[in-house]
Amino acid sequence: MFSLAIDWVEARTGAVAFIAPLLTHHVPRNAKWWYVFGSATLMFFTIQIVTGVCLATLYAPSAAEAWESLRYIDEQVPFGWMLRALHGWSSNAMVVMMAIHMLQVFLHASYKFPRELNWVTGVFLLFTVLALAFTGQVMRWDQDAYWGLGIGASIADRIPVIGNQVRGLLLGGPIIGGETLSRFFALHVFVLPGAAIGLVGLHLALIMKNGISEMPKVGATVEPATYRAEYEKRMEKDGVPFYPDAAQRDMVFCGACLVLLVVLAAVYGPFGPGGQPDPTLIDTNPRPDYPFLWIFGAVSLLPPASETAVMLVAPLVGVLVLVAVPFLANAGERAPSRRPGMVLIASLAVMAIAALTWEGKTSPWSPIMDGWSALPTPGHFLTGRTPLQVQGANVFQFAQCRNCHSLDGLGGERGPALDAIATRMTPDQLMRQIQQGDGNMPAFGRNLDSAQMTALVSFLTTLRPEFEAPAVIPGAQLPLPVRRMPGEVSTPVAAGSQ
Amino acid sequence: MSDPHQHSTGDSSASGGGTKPCVNCGCAGKTATRDARRGFMFRFGAALLGVGGAIAAVPILGTLLAPARRQSSSWVSLGPADAFPTGQTRFATFLNPIRQPTDGDAAKTACWVRCISPGKYQVFAVNCAHLGCPVRWFAQSRLFMCPCHGGAYYEDGSRAAGPPPRGLFEYPWKIDGGNLLIEAGHLPGLEQST
Repeated sequence: MFSLAIDWVEARTGAVAFIAPLLTHHVPRNAKWWYVFGSATLMFFTIQIVTGVCLATLYAPSAAEAWESLRYIDEQVPFGWMLRALHGWSSNAMVVMMAIHMLQVFLHASYKFPRELNWVTGVFLLFTVLALAFTGQVMRWDQDAYWGLGIGASIADRIPVIGNQVRGLLLGGPIIGGETLSRFFALHVFVLPGAAIGLVGLHLALIMKNGISEMPKVGATVEPATYRAEYEKRMEKDGVPFYPDAAQRDMVFCGACLVLLVVLAAVYGPFGPGGQPDPTLIDTNPRPDYPFLWIFGAVSLLPPASETAVMLVAPLVGVLVLVAVPFLANAGERAPSRRPGMVLIASLAVMAIAALTWEGKTSPWSPIMDGWSALPTPGHFLTGRTPLQVQGANVFQFAQCRNCHSLDGLGGERGPALDAIATRMTPDQLMRQIQQGDGNMPAFGRNLDSAQMTALVSFLTTLRPEFEAPAVIPGAQLPLPVRRMPGEVSTPVAAGSQ
Repeated sequence: MSDPHQHSTGDSSASGGGTKPCVNCGCAGKTATRDARRGFMFRFGAALLGVGGAIAAVPILGTLLAPARRQSSSWVSLGPADAFPTGQTRFATFLNPIRQPTDGDAAKTACWVRCISPGKYQVFAVNCAHLGCPVRWFAQSRLFMCPCHGGAYYEDGSRAAGPPPRGLFEYPWKIDGGNLLIEAGHLPGLEQST
């Protein structure tokens, strides 16, 4: 009966003829566990579609109501919070899994002939998924989303000549508002998922056309002229059917990933929404989501002079380089041990992204905005000090120095820690530094009066470990040959301290 | 309805070109005529699609591209000018004059008003000139500081430290009927030297 039904459908659709080769096609015997990451990425993508459709039935894509509707989903809809948690965690997991998949393909040089376009469609998928992650962050429509868009707009503004127009297209108008959210909603639920589904289909069709690549072996070089015929011969002889031989590993890995996802979502819950998207609430500290923290870190660490050029050109170069990978080397050795340069590049890229993500997470360049009012002055910097020095400690807090400078590890890290500043700078140098500032420090000369300045410097000169000498001007005590201008009155050389 | 040229010579694709004369009416060749007619029909259809598409493209492209052109601002009041004491910098908010019905809270906008002397003001956008994060005023050190990358500005809005490439953006202002008005609308940006 069942087979009759199958036959009936098959006669009208050809579905079995289409699906059967997908299951039975031969894949390399030695692939083992290396090749499960692409399947897991696809699984997370499926979860995104299913949970995303559910969320779209609850979410109000209007700037006036989006934030409230998220709180409604979190707090009132049965298991709404879990739905959001699954969508958020699966989003991060998808980006991570995709990166691992890409890294594996890169290290094994699976992008070589005839799989160049497998790689290229994969690169487009990467950027589509990152765009989904960014537009998804906007869907949260909280303070991070609002100011994140502001950062995007500021970067667009730096494009020469057409910056304003590009910004207008990005935001859907001259300000971040209702049309901005609607625009990003259309991208997030229609345009980008549509593009992703199409690209996934193409990616899978290319896998069927070109076959799964074998594990790299030293000496087993790729020769475009003969590769395909030899690959097919080897699969015929030595391959195993995708189902069940390879599929079993995909199933186990995807199952484990799904269980982990459900646990993470249930334990840690949904991401945000953060503070309400009211731009007059400026007591905020905008941060991007995890996939973009490394970019946030990189932008922060760039020398300001190179910033615009790097922000505008680097993404284009990145796309071009990634797309070009299989065209720069599409033949020859695939084994990582024979491609040490490629292994080095991959390692450096991973380390750079990890380090920049950490920097972005901790963001030591950001002032601690309430450091001056919220952090205590460590007691041992106050005991035994003169009234003037204690007054200086007051100025130190009052003038927001603590927002950028730490004492005892508490305070901003934008400027150097000042626990031992008196061992490095003389009172005169301190005075000059505070009055005139430098590239990374404002000049306080106009903002503090001379009494405050004197007290502050007198406090700072006490900031040194007990057994370390105060700073002196190098060589100041030596009898220096002094060149005098004609008529100048001779003055005694200051001995480097008060 | 039947094609008067379709007859004894059989299938046109098997006739090996359109050169055989038509038995019925002696016309030059049925395939040539039919090819020409099909070619014409295809071109006619393409032209129809082109015309229809061009008309339909007006609202489509208009919707997608309109935001690239719209750049307007207008005067908006921040309230009585004497509410901003001389020598101080105060926080002020206003509803964006070019807001849309669906903007919600996002239509609210903040700015910093500095009263230099009676009748003389500076009105700064809250957006840092670096990447647009909201700067905060610290009256004690007389500095604006940005929470994102540590940009700092003096009380006159000029750049003091950090990555910003310029000082804070300023709104044009005027006094009208005792109220302080600023010309606002678009989000401040580097390309606009407001």
